[in-house]
Amino acid sequence: MTNFENAFPTNTNLYRDEATAKHQLPILCNHCDKPPCVRACPTKATFRNKDGMVVMDYHRCIGCRFCMAACPYGSRSFNWREPADFVKNLNRDFPRRMRGVVEKCTFCDERVSAGKQPACVEACGESKAIVFGNLNDPNSEIRKMLKENHTIQRNPALGTIPSVFYIV
Amino acid sequence: MFEKALKGNNYYWMWLAFLGFFIAIAAVCYLRQYFYGLGITGMSRDVSWGLYISQFTFLVGVAAGGVMLVLPYYIHNYKAFGRITILGEFLAISSLLMCLMFIMADLGQPLRGLNVMLYPTPGSMLFWDMCVLWGYLILNALCGWVILTAERKGVHPPKWIYFFVYLSIPFAFSIHTVTAMLYCGLPGRHFWLSAIIAPRFLASAFAAGPALIVVLAMILKRVANFDAGKEAINKMVTIIIYAALANMFFVGLEFFVGFYSNIPGHMHTLQYLFFGLEHHGHVYNNLVPFMWGFIVLFLVGISLLIHPYTRKQSDLWLGIGCASIFFAFWLDKGIGFVLGGFVPTPTEEIVEYYPTFNELFITIGIWATGFFILTILYKIAISVEHEIEA
Repeated sequence: MTNFENAFPTNTNLYRDEATAKHQLPILCNHCDKPPCVRACPTKATFRNKDGMVVMDYHRCIGCRFCMAACPYGSRSFNWREPADFVKNLNRDFPRRMRGVVEKCTFCDERVSAGKQPACVEACGESKAIVFGNLNDPNSEIRKMLKENHTIQRNPALGTIPSVFYIV
Repeated sequence: MFEKALKGNNYYWMWLAFLGFFIAIAAVCYLRQYFYGLGITGMSRDVSWGLYISQFTFLVGVAAGGVMLVLPYYIHNYKAFGRITILGEFLAISSLLMCLMFIMADLGQPLRGLNVMLYPTPGSMLFWDMCVLWGYLILNALCGWVILTAERKGVHPPKWIYFFVYLSIPFAFSIHTVTAMLYCGLPGRHFWLSAIIAPRFLASAFAAGPALIVVLAMILKRVANFDAGKEAINKMVTIIIYAALANMFFVGLEFFVGFYSNIPGHMHTLQYLFFGLEHHGHVYNNLVPFMWGFIVLFLVGISLLIHPYTRKQSDLWLGIGCASIFFAFWLDKGIGFVLGGFVPTPTEEIVEYYPTFNELFITIGIWATGFFILTILYKIAISVEHEIEA
């Protein structure tokens, strides 16, 4: 979670309304249509899968961190240390992570392929604070919401075509 | 020819032992990093590349700088460089080996390094960087070795080698151009996103590389009885002066574009590097001393090189001038350029980077390894020269 001014640094306003200035909002991978991180990766360890989600093959990543420099949203992180040491309850449905590779929000691709919603969407529950769906399907819930609300994307001027939209 | 490296005076062995001491420390530090992970360095999510990649970037330039000897000698038939092109080629070899070591030190999963070749990705600039770095390394090793062997036998080098010599010239330009493209093609990093980065890299490389060769030539003259020749040194100094001025011109253009356009993203990193950047009441300025060191050393170096008195009077002034230029551009490209590019972060926060001691010792150790290799290569080259003269 971060401030509006950090999430949308190009959207500057000296006289911003109080509500926008005060509210916190989540920043996550934008799952860009033209992802700079995928372009930069020298091993195709990060790639757009058939659903258009930008995912990772943790076992191919060499840990060069070129994608971290390439991502204009700061949405990638690196396992600087052994992550297992910090995991208390082992979740066997989730791929084993290792040190020395880049991590990112994958929209929980292993949950999505099992027909479930990403964990963040499920956590929001009935509040519908986060809606996840197929942007290519004109009848999907997400497309309906995009039609009915004014939404903004993070720094779309960079030509990355982000797939995450904010109702602010 | 390697046997030449096994015979030397006490100073030679003491120097190698001195370098070996730092290599040994670095080996221990690297093992610590290997077993703990890169968490032992000062890098973070926000400054995700540190000293390793910044040294790599600078050393690619030093390697490319050697072409400033090869090109005049082979293309323009500038005979005065005949004796010292081998110094440029061997410097390129040791610089490239340092580059590769810095890359390996920086990888989170070094054992998977070959994945870059197993899953070639032409869309990634890192893939191309690997291709040109290895290509240039092999070309220099091949050309240097074949030509030195021919010299030793007192025969002309075989004709086929000239194909590779000429090929190495565009390769020298390409290694630094592609290294610049690692940075200047990334959206959202305004400081790097500039078409002047590749020419600027080449300009500073063609100053820093030859400057180091001049300093090394001065040292070789004293310790190895090897005289590069006044004419060759003078010509190199001319190249250094023009290349250094071109680099500063490009730096000035960056300032103009940033500050005249008044676009915050184009100014932030320059402000951070040279003046310190204020953010939420705190001024972040840990790179400011380095950048002013760069400016001051450049001014000292260029004055010593341009003024006829200091240039011609003594080797000492000339050596100090060249060393100043070398260190100035090391501060510029080997410190400021890479580290500064991460400030501010994409979410407009400022995170400063401080290397850890472990990281510093690994960095020093890789430099020491490079100079260890360079010493051995120069020892071989100069022993052969002496053998021919005798």
